[in-house]
Parts: sequence; structure tokens; C-alpha cells
Amino acid sequence: MRLIPKDVESLWTLFTAPTVWALHFLACYVTAAVFCAKAGVAPFSFEAMRLALGVVTLVALSGIVLSAYLAWRQWGFGSGDPPHDEPTRKDRLLFQGFATLLLSGLSFVAVVFGAVPLLFIGACQP
Amino acid sequence: MTDLSSEDRTAQEARLREVWRTPSGWRYWTSVNNTEIGLWYGAAAFVFMLFAGVLALLVRVQLAVPGNDFLSADMFNQAFTLHGTVMMFLFAVPIFEAVAIFLLPSMLGARELPFPRLSAFGFWSFALGGVFVCGSIFFGAAPNTGWFMYPPLATDKEYSGIGADIWLLGLSFIEVASIAAAVELIVGIMKCRAPGMRINMMPLFAWYLLIVAGMILFAFPPLIAGDILFEMERMFDWPFFDAARGGDPLLWQHLFWIFGHPEVYIIFLPAIALMAMIVPTFAQRPIVGYSWIVLAAVGTGFLSFGLWVHHMFTTGLPQISLAFFSAASEAVAIPTGVQIFVFIATMLAGRVIFSVPMLFGAGGLAIFIIGGLTGVMVALVPFDWQAHDTYFIVAHLHYVLIGGMLFPIVAGIYYYYPLLDARKLSDRLGKIAFWLMFVGFNVAFFPMHLAGLRGMPRRVFTYPADIGWDWFNLISTIGAFIFASGVTLVVIDVLRPKHRQPKGEQNPWNSGTLEWISEPEEKWGVRSIPIITSRYPIWDQPSLIEDIKAGRGYLPDAKDGARETLVTSVLDAKPIQCLRVGGTSILTIVAAFSLGGVFIALTFHWWITTIVCAIMTLAAIIAWLWTGTAVIPKEEMRDVGLGETLPLYTSGPQSVGWWAMFITMAGDGTAYASLMFGYFFYWTIHEDFTAGHAGPGMLWPLTAAGLFTLAWAAMLAARWVNETDRRGLTRLTLAVAMLLTLAACCAGLAGPYLTSMDPTVHVYPAIVWVVALWTVVHGGVAIIMQLYCLARNLAGRMSARHDMDLRNVVLYWHFLVITAITSFGVLGLFPGSR
Repeated sequence: MRLIPKDVESLWTLFTAPTVWALHFLACYVTAAVFCAKAGVAPFSFEAMRLALGVVTLVALSGIVLSAYLAWRQWGFGSGDPPHDEPTRKDRLLFQGFATLLLSGLSFVAVVFGAVPLLFIGACQP
Repeated sequence: MTDLSSEDRTAQEARLREVWRTPSGWRYWTSVNNTEIGLWYGAAAFVFMLFAGVLALLVRVQLAVPGNDFLSADMFNQAFTLHGTVMMFLFAVPIFEAVAIFLLPSMLGARELPFPRLSAFGFWSFALGGVFVCGSIFFGAAPNTGWFMYPPLATDKEYSGIGADIWLLGLSFIEVASIAAAVELIVGIMKCRAPGMRINMMPLFAWYLLIVAGMILFAFPPLIAGDILFEMERMFDWPFFDAARGGDPLLWQHLFWIFGHPEVYIIFLPAIALMAMIVPTFAQRPIVGYSWIVLAAVGTGFLSFGLWVHHMFTTGLPQISLAFFSAASEAVAIPTGVQIFVFIATMLAGRVIFSVPMLFGAGGLAIFIIGGLTGVMVALVPFDWQAHDTYFIVAHLHYVLIGGMLFPIVAGIYYYYPLLDARKLSDRLGKIAFWLMFVGFNVAFFPMHLAGLRGMPRRVFTYPADIGWDWFNLISTIGAFIFASGVTLVVIDVLRPKHRQPKGEQNPWNSGTLEWISEPEEKWGVRSIPIITSRYPIWDQPSLIEDIKAGRGYLPDAKDGARETLVTSVLDAKPIQCLRVGGTSILTIVAAFSLGGVFIALTFHWWITTIVCAIMTLAAIIAWLWTGTAVIPKEEMRDVGLGETLPLYTSGPQSVGWWAMFITMAGDGTAYASLMFGYFFYWTIHEDFTAGHAGPGMLWPLTAAGLFTLAWAAMLAARWVNETDRRGLTRLTLAVAMLLTLAACCAGLAGPYLTSMDPTVHVYPAIVWVVALWTVVHGGVAIIMQLYCLARNLAGRMSARHDMDLRNVVLYWHFLVITAITSFGVLGLFPGSR
């Protein structure tokens, strides 16, 4: 038995990884913006916020990796080459898997990009 | 299958022709056919472009030499504001709605998009709003505060006069048209593809347009929310952007750019989509990397929502915030680059024919890449601090937009013109036009980089002679006129009479995609709907065109005299319904013009006219719904040919109407979320955001939330009772739901009203009122819908089997109940009642 069925019959799985990127981006931006706007009010330090957002980043990245794994599986672990343009359900599924895998890759890079400021910026207005 | 006799075929064709006929005389304008609407839409957008182009030339003449007095400072401000506004709102976005409405049905192998009357309504709204906004400059009343209307300049009535109202209301009206188009395109692409066109076979143009329509849905509503706040400040002095009373001009910048940045990609992606159709044709091979294009389209669509603050790098936001947006702005270069490499790879893998469309396409890409590279530069915060608000930005944005949008559009005009007229445009004129435009563009805009680096700010109406800007400006002006002469040549080529030129073949470029099956003389879209088994059906399905023309596909006949197309499943495009779409109607024009009347009357504060027009709009829309939607067919099933029989009526998630409601409400929900963003934004910028003003208390808001929830439950009950076909009880339940809604609306207003919150004294009462009013207005709309369902029930037009109206209203209620609980929960409980 599989936890997640192998062939998810939905268009929406395509958007999983970019949605994780969007949530991660929002979490970072909103947290930092509110923290900096309410300077001194928050009961934790900038360092603690960075650390927390670092954890959020790891969670987001693992979500994307999971989405990528499922996509890779749907793509048959790369058993067939693109372009997946046959008029069959199988090719449609392979296409979805491949496109989702590519989007997971892009989202992974974009989340890493988004997390770089957390590494290098140590205060609201350095 | 055996072929029909030629008499039968002729009879079928005659019936189809009659059903899809475009009326003649003045009634021509009541047509809702996608080819007419697409053509009018495109022509109107193009005329607005030429108008805005003339404004740009006026601006360039004024700036040609230092100390010039060709235009007054105020006229200059109006000219550049209107130039930007018209180019963005009346050309760049609508031209793609136009192209999509024109091309998509045949490209998808459908007769029509699912809501042709909605397209017509969108077009008339756009045309009227556009004329209103453009016309203002002839009365010296055009907006004059820049195309992004920053307060406090634009909220200053002394300075901005009526221009800002014209901008806000005129464009809000046009945004309605854009959202209508988004609904049409999403449902059309997801549900109306030819059988067999699975999502891995969809033309790339459709993929791009699907993403773009989704982006419109999430990008335009924040601007609408911003417009509401802005107009409330201008009309009633509610201080949303007035810092002295707790407001903040920065909120406008956030809302504007949450719209404005995705908009750049809303403009760019469809242009690239045209390239994705043109490049394979002239490389004479399928695109290399179909999935990579899908990656790029979806990736860009998402990332483009994480860039908006890069327009606000100099507003003093925390540097860590700037860094997040800088990172996302760099990341978006990845999917953008992928597309360009895909095109290059396709060209390398094929044998490129350098025709006029390719020339414009390739030239546009070259220009766009330069704009993209300066984009990477200005995405870096320290560089942006130097370049912000200088001519460097002006150069950057024109390189991006003209390279990424105007050149591909002209490529598209040359490429698709045979679909309009069965003739090609002139190769010779096209080549001359291209070189004039290409050279003229670079001569005009490249020097602006240098003028900007030398410190020339945007939007100055003149400058002194001795600071080293004069040569750059003179060269730019000369370039602008060379560029304009190229554009003029394109216009001449399109408009020159061609009746002496022989008609060409149907698919002159030997393209592989389905839009080339469409015949310019016929209005039926496609003679019969084929089964698709390839991404490039014309190349790979040899008998396709012949089969379509011989009526061997689906729906080869129009026996019932109704306009019909197929609805298919989202993923695998299996036929699931025969959809009857609306035909020629004047109601759409009446609805659009009376809604236009509402916006125009509001601009001039003619309250009674506003109310009269609003009532007319409502009446027109209800007449349109009553006569044209959820029509109960005489027979349940329809023989669609090829041995298949499909239902004519579906409701719930099966039906296109349900999807349209869902999509509209997703956009509506985004606008609401933007208002709530405003609420919390004010909370973050103030230590005590109520500034000591009394709140609405807890009792009334929570009562309202409770009553809305009860009304929602009553609607669920009504749907359930209706399913058991007890019409009397359904009526009773609907009436109860309506009374509960009415009570909920009163309770919602009671909070701020009974605590005498005055929205003009401070931003806190103002934002409370806006949130409460937004929710209550939606409650009012819900009451109208409940009344409508009640009337349908009484008229015997709603039953257990035919319950589309009720199901769509219940879907509306799902969104409404979330809105109500959030609104009144937040108003009552946050930041704590005082």
C-alpha cells in the first residue's frame, strides 16, 4: 500500500513545489517585516528569528524534495525520454511527472535564493 | 463511418452557417462571435496604442532640446501619464485578451469559448472605459501624476484635479473586463479542448494563456482593492494614505506593485507564447523542450508575485526585506532564460526560414535580452539606489516591454494576418518596417541608459543645457521618430486595400497547429470537431483537414438551431457535455454601457445618475442570466456524432458555470485578502493602531459572523431540499436564508455604526468601515442571488435535475462565509475590543 497513490489524477500537483516556494517566501517576508516594524516589541531576538526562518527553509526544501521524488516516480524514474507527446494516458502522466520534476528543481533553487539573505543580513537595517 | 451525400453535407453547412451567422446592418455590433470580438478588441487596443504613441512623440519633441517650451509642464505631465497608462492598461494587456479570444477556439478545436457574451461584455467595457480615459486629455483633465498614481501627490485634489478619479474609475472598469477575460480563458482552456487534446498535447500558446489568466486573477484584484481605498479617500476623505491621520502612502505602493509586477509578466508571457507558435513553424519542426516551456511559464507565473518590492527599494523598508525581493528578482531570470534557450535550440535543430514574423520575433528577443540584463542589474539593491527614478529605468522598461511585447505582437500580426483575410501582408514592407523599428528603437532608447547614468531623472519636463544631457535627448528624439515611421509602415501594410491581391492558401506558412484549420469566410469556428492525436495535428494527422471539412468529426450539424460546442475533461479531454453557448445579443452592450455609466457618473459625483445606471446594469445582467444561462433543454441528451451521446445540461463541478463562479470568486477573494492585508499593514506600522478610537465592539461583529454562518447553513439545506425535489420546501428554506442574510448584513453594519466610528478622523475607523462594507455588499449580492433562485423556482425553471443556479449560488456562499467569519472575527477580536 502506498501512502500517496502513484498516479495522482489532478492538474494541481504540478503547482505543489511553486506553492511551497510562495509560502516560504511569504513566511520569510512577513515575519521579517513584522519583526522589523514592531522593533523591540517581539519577545525574541533577530538571531532567533533567523534561526526559526532557517528551520522553515529546511521544512520547505524537504517539502520540495518530496514533491520532486513523487514527480520522479510518476515520471518512471526517468525510464522514458521526453517529449511525451503520444496521445495516451501514459504519456500524459509521464509529461506531468517530468514537468512537475522540473518545477520542483526551479522551486528548490528559488527557495535557496530566498534564504540567502538570512545567512548574510544580521539586522533589520545593518 | 460512411460519408454523407453532398446534398446532406450542403444542408448541414447551411444550417451551421445560419446558426453562426453574424447579423448585418447596425446589428453587426451585437455579434458575440469570437472572431468579431477578437478583431474589434485587437483593433481597439491597437488604436489606443497609436494614440499613446503620439503622446510619446509629443513627450520626445518636448525633450529634444534643453529649455524647450513645446508643451507646458502640466500638459507634459498629462502626456507621459496617459502614455504609460494607455500603453499598459489599454494596449499591452487587452491586446492579448484580443488575440486569445480570436485564436483560442480554433487552436483548441472548439467552436467557441464557453462564454461568448462575457467576451463581448468585456470588449464593450474595455472600449468605453478606454475612450473615457483617453478622451480626458482633450479637456486638459487627464491624469497627471504618473502611471502609478503615487499618493500623496495623486490624493492632492488641488494638484491632480479630476484626472486621478478618471484614472481610478476608468481603469477599475477596464479591470472588470480583464477579469472577465481571465474567467473565459481559464474555463475555455481547461474544459473546451477538442477530444484527445490531453494536457500534454495542448498548444503552448494555451499553456501560456492559462498561466496568464491565472495571474490576472491574482494580480488585478489587489489593484481593485487599492482603487477602492484610493477613491474612498478622494471622494469621502477617508484617510487611507494620509500619514497625518494614521494612513500610509506606502500601502498604495504595495497594492499597486503587487499588481504591477506580475502585470509585466502578464504582458510578456503571451508575447513569448506567440513566439512559441511562430518559432516551430519557421524551424519546420516541433518545439524542443515542450515540458521546459511549461516549466518556464508556470515558474515565471509564480515567481513574478515575489518581485513587487523591487519597485520600492528606495522607500526605506528594512534591508532584509529588500534582500528577499532582490533574491526572487534574480531567480526569475532562470525560467525567463530557459524559454530563450528553448527557442534557440529549436532554431538550431530545425532549418530556419527567415521570414518577416521571424525577423520581428528574433529582433524582439535580442532587445528583450538587453532589457533583461539591465533588469538583473536593477534587481540588485545597491545599483537600484543609484538608478532609481532615472532614465536608466525608462530605458530598461522600454527594452523589456517593446522587445518582449511589441515586436512579438507585430510578428504575430504578420504571422496570423492570413487568418483574417486569407492573404499575407507584404514581405517587402514588413522588412523595411522591421529595420526602421529595430534601428529606431535602439537609437531612441539606448542613449537613455547613459542619460540616466548621468543623473537625468524621469518625468522632468525640461532640463538646462549645460549638464550633459542634451545630445542624448536629441538622439533619442530622432530615434523615436524613426521607430514611429516603422510602426506607421506596419499600419499602412495592414490597412492598404488588398482586393487585387489573389487569395492565398489556407495555411500559407505550413504551420502544424490547429488554428490554421479556421476559414476566414466561415463563422462556425470549425466545420466539425476533430479528434486530436498530436501536438502538431496538421503535420501529423494527414487526413485531418479533409475530415474536418467533410463533417466527419463531432457536431457536424446544428439541427436544433443552437450554437453548440463540446466540453471535455481537464486532463484527458474526454467529451463530457454538449454545451450550448449564447448567441448574438444586445444585452451585453446594454450591461457594459450602463456599468460604464456607473463609473463615469461616479467620477463627476453625479449620484442620481450613478444609481440609475447601477439599476440598469443590474436589470441587464439579470435579463441576460434569465434568458441566456442554465437554459433547460427540450431533450436531455444530444447525439454529437461519432456514435456518442452527451448531456446538454450539467450542474455543479461538471458545469462550466460552476467553474466560472469558482474562478471569479478566487479573484474576489484576492481583492478581499488585499483589504485585509491593509488592515494588518496599519497594525504593523503603528504602536497602537486604533490610536485610542473606539472599535466596533465584540457583540455585533460576532453576531454578524454567526448570522452569516447560519445563512450559509440554510443555503446548504436549500440545496439539499432541492435535491429531493420538494419545491415548496426549497422556497421556504431560501426565504429563511434570505432573512438570515439580511439580518447578518444589518448586524455587520451595527458594530461600527452604533459605536459612532467616524471614518474621516483616523485610518482605524476607516479600515473597519471598509472591511465591514465589503462584506455587507457581498451579503447584498447574495440576497439578489437568493431572490433569483427563488424566482427560478417559482417559474418552474429549477428542479432537482436542473439545479445549476442554486449550486453556483451555494458555491458563492462558501466564499462568502469564509469572508464573513474572517471580517467580523478580525473586527471583533483583533486588536481587542476597547
